[in-house]
Amino acid sequence: MSTITRDGVSSPAPAKASPAGPRRGLRGSPTLNFWIFTGPFLAGLLIFVYVPILWSLWLSFFEARFTVTPSTFVGFDNYVNMLTDEDFMGSLVTFTVFAAIIVPTTWAASLGLALMVNRLRFMKAFFRSVFFLPTAVSYVAASLIWKMSIFNGVRFGMANTFLGLFGIDNTAWLASPDPPWYWLVIVSVRLWLQAGFYMILFIAALQNIPQELYEAASIDGAKPGWQTFWHITLPQLRATSTAVILLLLVAAYQAFDEFFNLLSKTTWGRPPLMELYYKALGESQDYGSGSAGALILTVLICLVTLLQGKFLGFGRGEESK
Amino acid sequence: MSAFRNSNFDRRTALRAALGLAAAGGLAACGGNTGRSGSGGGAGLTQYFHAYGEAGTEQAIKKYAKAYKESNVTTQWITGSNFESKLFASLLTDKAPDCFEFHPQLQMIESGQVADLSDLINPVKDDFNPADIASHTVDGKIYGIRMIDDPQFFFYRKSLFEKAGVEVPQTLEELVEAAAKLTTDKVKGAYLGNTLHSIINPLIWSAGAQHLDDKNQIAYHTDAVVDGFKQLRKLFTSGDLLLDAPTESWDPASLNQGLTAMQWCGMWAMPVLLDTFGDDLGVFPFPKIGDAGKQSVYNGGWSMFVNAKGKNVDETKEYVKWLWIDQKEYQEDWALSYGFHIPPRTSLAQSAEKLKTGLPAEGVKLFNEFGHFDNIGWTQASITALEDVMANCVRKGGDPDKELTKADAKVNKELKKLFG
Repeated sequence: MSTITRDGVSSPAPAKASPAGPRRGLRGSPTLNFWIFTGPFLAGLLIFVYVPILWSLWLSFFEARFTVTPSTFVGFDNYVNMLTDEDFMGSLVTFTVFAAIIVPTTWAASLGLALMVNRLRFMKAFFRSVFFLPTAVSYVAASLIWKMSIFNGVRFGMANTFLGLFGIDNTAWLASPDPPWYWLVIVSVRLWLQAGFYMILFIAALQNIPQELYEAASIDGAKPGWQTFWHITLPQLRATSTAVILLLLVAAYQAFDEFFNLLSKTTWGRPPLMELYYKALGESQDYGSGSAGALILTVLICLVTLLQGKFLGFGRGEESK
Repeated sequence: MSAFRNSNFDRRTALRAALGLAAAGGLAACGGNTGRSGSGGGAGLTQYFHAYGEAGTEQAIKKYAKAYKESNVTTQWITGSNFESKLFASLLTDKAPDCFEFHPQLQMIESGQVADLSDLINPVKDDFNPADIASHTVDGKIYGIRMIDDPQFFFYRKSLFEKAGVEVPQTLEELVEAAAKLTTDKVKGAYLGNTLHSIINPLIWSAGAQHLDDKNQIAYHTDAVVDGFKQLRKLFTSGDLLLDAPTESWDPASLNQGLTAMQWCGMWAMPVLLDTFGDDLGVFPFPKIGDAGKQSVYNGGWSMFVNAKGKNVDETKEYVKWLWIDQKEYQEDWALSYGFHIPPRTSLAQSAEKLKTGLPAEGVKLFNEFGHFDNIGWTQASITALEDVMANCVRKGGDPDKELTKADAKVNKELKKLFG
């Protein structure tokens, strides 16, 4: 219902007054609403992020074996110990090697899969699903399958059975770092687990490339295949590739499950998280050194992330293209 | 119109009622999770056990706990290979178990994590294996009750030895040679576990050394031990050692499936192996290393400890006394009805018919003649240090003397913390 004014413009009818008086609660108090919606998240952030970080900082200055409420102050000893610890420094080398192998191989494999699946004319959904499904498998389960069924060292292991067909002796894939067959096992399991996920990202990006670009290139004489891939497809995937590389690097930093399950009780092939697990939460229970190592690692990750942003141009916007 | 019938008020009332019910339900659920449900009274107690491989063990432990009427006892049966990590981490929290099985280690006593159980054990102390009592004693106080003794030695297939013309090895050199003769295109000569961790202690004892001397100083770093690591490296790279088997050495599957001619394992596996091989099975200790060495057997086992920082220490002590001191029927069942273990109670060990003849009797003989027990001062940090030596010099090919020197630094640091 509206009323006619002298200017002939109708004004909205007043809202129906609430018989219960002024509204309260969810609709009436912006401050209350703010705390209701952000309070739980802020509390979670405080309890599960900031308090542990500060506690870890505090622990890193104490002798804290078998306790998280220590009393013996040791200054920077834990930091010195970690920075001079061969195992901890070796874990950074392991991470570097792992990232150097897994990032480009996953990038290439997922892009290759995306290009193949995207060109299919039939059963496209089936093949997308087939390659994406491993993403749903847990790292622990996959690692155990790789270790116990595919890459065990006995004659009935799948890999050894296959090699046996060519007269090749049984190989102990994980027993020793010389030769470093363990990298094949670790890289293959992670590649199988995550290539399908990044394939989906690349398929989405491929479908966003305007068809007109290929048509125009064709008119200009560009040959389909490698030439159009190199000069059109790849540059158009730049933003997605950058994001995929960043995500792969972050995932490489978080590597733990497959290393822990495939290389348990070794002194080699330990990425930083595994090394810190053994230092702090494993059998050593040295929370002081573990906390110092965790903070060193945090600073390192921040630095690497900043450098990544600088070199890859992530977040610079359109002008960077 | 009464306020009670206002539609807004009705919705809010309903919402409040629902939230109230949910909160009450949640609180009730929390309150109910005390572990006191069921037939038992008193406090709800929790006990931690690692997952034994023998069928029926989990059910047995739960059956004993259920039979205890004074408290309701919940069992956490922890699977996986990192029981120690889970136990140590949980002992720092409110969810720590009231009692748990583990091995005697001084750092747990120093940290005040385990309770003095002398008052429970002293009345029956003379009925326990004296070495078990000694390995749990610090300053005259006894901190754990031994549940089972587990001698570990080599199991071997007699027929395969005869076929290859191999005698039971007396020295480590002979073991390496025997493994070479026993290896065929289907069967490897020996299996010592994938990590090789379970033979670290026997290696030290067989070389005539000890982990620590009487003054709690390093005694494992000797020329014979270095030589032992070198010989193991030779075996590791020879192609005669089973590597990357699907299960670790505690599981008899590798020998049982015909993957190896001899395997380092424990007496717990004897019933399963006897079922498979019958008279074609023999046992022998870890062979000696060097002229001053002597064959050895690792007398492992598990003991029950009470969490000294738990909320129900007295009630927990009552429970462990009831089960591991008073209930000899359950102790015998636990030691002999699943795998074979030697009961630490002398009276039970002497009356155990299953251990009196055949291969079990041979196992008991090796236990008595060549057995070595854990040193309570040899704690987890020191254990890990020597595990790293094994990994670095046998599996990775490093120099044993250098690796042992690196381990010395870690062990000395630990010893300084423990003994000053």
